[in-house]
Amino acid sequence: MSVPIALLGLIEREPSHGYDLKRDYDAYFGRGKPLPFGQVYATLARLARDGKVVPGDAEPGAGPDRKRYAITESGRLEIADWLAEPVEPEPHLQTVLFVKVVLALMLGRSAERYLDTQRAAHLQRMRELTELKRSGGAVDALLADHGLFHLEADLRWIDLTCARLDALSEMVRA
Amino acid sequence: MTAPHPVVPDSEDCLIEARHALLSFGATPALQGASVRVGAGEILAVMGPSGSGKSTLLHCLAGILTPDSGEIHYSGRRVDTLREQERSALRRDHFGFVFQFGQLVPELTAEENVALPLLLGGARRGDALREARGWFGQLGLGGLEQRRSGELSGGQAQRVALARGLVARPQVLFADEPTGSLDSLTGEQVMELLVAAARQQGTTVVLVTHEARVAAYADREVIVRDGTVRSMSTHRVGS
Ligand SMILES: Nc1ncnc2c1ncn2[C@@H]1O[C@H](COP(=O)(O)OP(=O)(O)OP(=O)(O)O)[C@@H](O)[C@H]1O
Ligand SMILES: [Mg+2]
Repeated sequence: MSVPIALLGLIEREPSHGYDLKRDYDAYFGRGKPLPFGQVYATLARLARDGKVVPGDAEPGAGPDRKRYAITESGRLEIADWLAEPVEPEPHLQTVLFVKVVLALMLGRSAERYLDTQRAAHLQRMRELTELKRSGGAVDALLADHGLFHLEADLRWIDLTCARLDALSEMVRA
Repeated sequence: MTAPHPVVPDSEDCLIEARHALLSFGATPALQGASVRVGAGEILAVMGPSGSGKSTLLHCLAGILTPDSGEIHYSGRRVDTLREQERSALRRDHFGFVFQFGQLVPELTAEENVALPLLLGGARRGDALREARGWFGQLGLGGLEQRRSGELSGGQAQRVALARGLVARPQVLFADEPTGSLDSLTGEQVMELLVAAARQQGTTVVLVTHEARVAAYADREVIVRDGTVRSMSTHRVGS
């Protein structure tokens, strides 16, 4: 997740202090990984340097959080471009899942056992996301669903691989 | 938010158990020593490839089929040795069923379909229909009580079938691909309702599905492969 673009988006929504940005980022995008304040201010400084945001006049009070940042035209353009750009629809084949299966087969170890264990871990995570979806709000559900569909795709791959292990094993060990 | 890690029930905590069930259809082996335990109040997903024996296992657990060898226990009773008449009474009095297709009686209205298990259990017609009607609102089926199954969408028919499976407050609900013919959203609604109703009534659920997103509503999953059951909950990663 790109922190700068998310903060920029939050600023486009409404001019904000660093504190507001951190709070909203954590609420919408953080998902249990709160953004450190230091990173908020460092990012704001960079966005300001690049002309994407402008700080307002310092407001009375102490600490670094006296400025309210507003988006610039160039910042708005950046958001528009970013939203217009699809994410690379990359098949994540070269992931550790794949490497584990191929290595297991190569070494004559049980790939099936690994895949079964992986399936159980995937399903446990899916149960957690389902629970989150049932107990949380609409935004939680949106994110949980994305995770669920991705894990499901992995599981399909796991099932198919399981069904093909004998043939795969012959090829890898040939 | 985190779902607790699944635990395989001990023999004494379990409500239903298959012990080394074997069953062949002619020369086709369907179950080859399948063992599984279902805890009281547990929602268990039964997964596995097509043809692996999931439905056969479900039918054995539910006393619809009798294994050639092995044992089926329900609530401390041996089921597979019961006479057909006793098994049929057990099914009627303790179990509810939801299947994938063609389960509503086409000549009956939706509410008569839902009332069926109550009527078979000896309830008076008026009482049974009143009880049945009570399910329509909570399943989002208000107004469809008088429709026949041919006049319902697939998702509506599936919810009617779910109500019928649960109306008699069975000890166990056996569901074979209950979302099989539904799109993701409708399938999800059916699962929400199934899980909520089961939890509320303390109903144990055996849920056959090949869909991981459906299985994720369960407390635990087992995988059936080549007529045997593999439980994955014993070796887990991470946590
Ligand atoms: N009534 C029957 N007569 C003959 N063979 C049968 C019968 N029912 C099932 N089988 C066979 O038994 C095996 C197990 O079938 P079962 O229906 O239990 O599989 P399943 O796991 O439920 O598959 P699916 O996911 O496709 O529903 C299959 O080889 C099937 O062809
Ligand atoms: Mg089946």
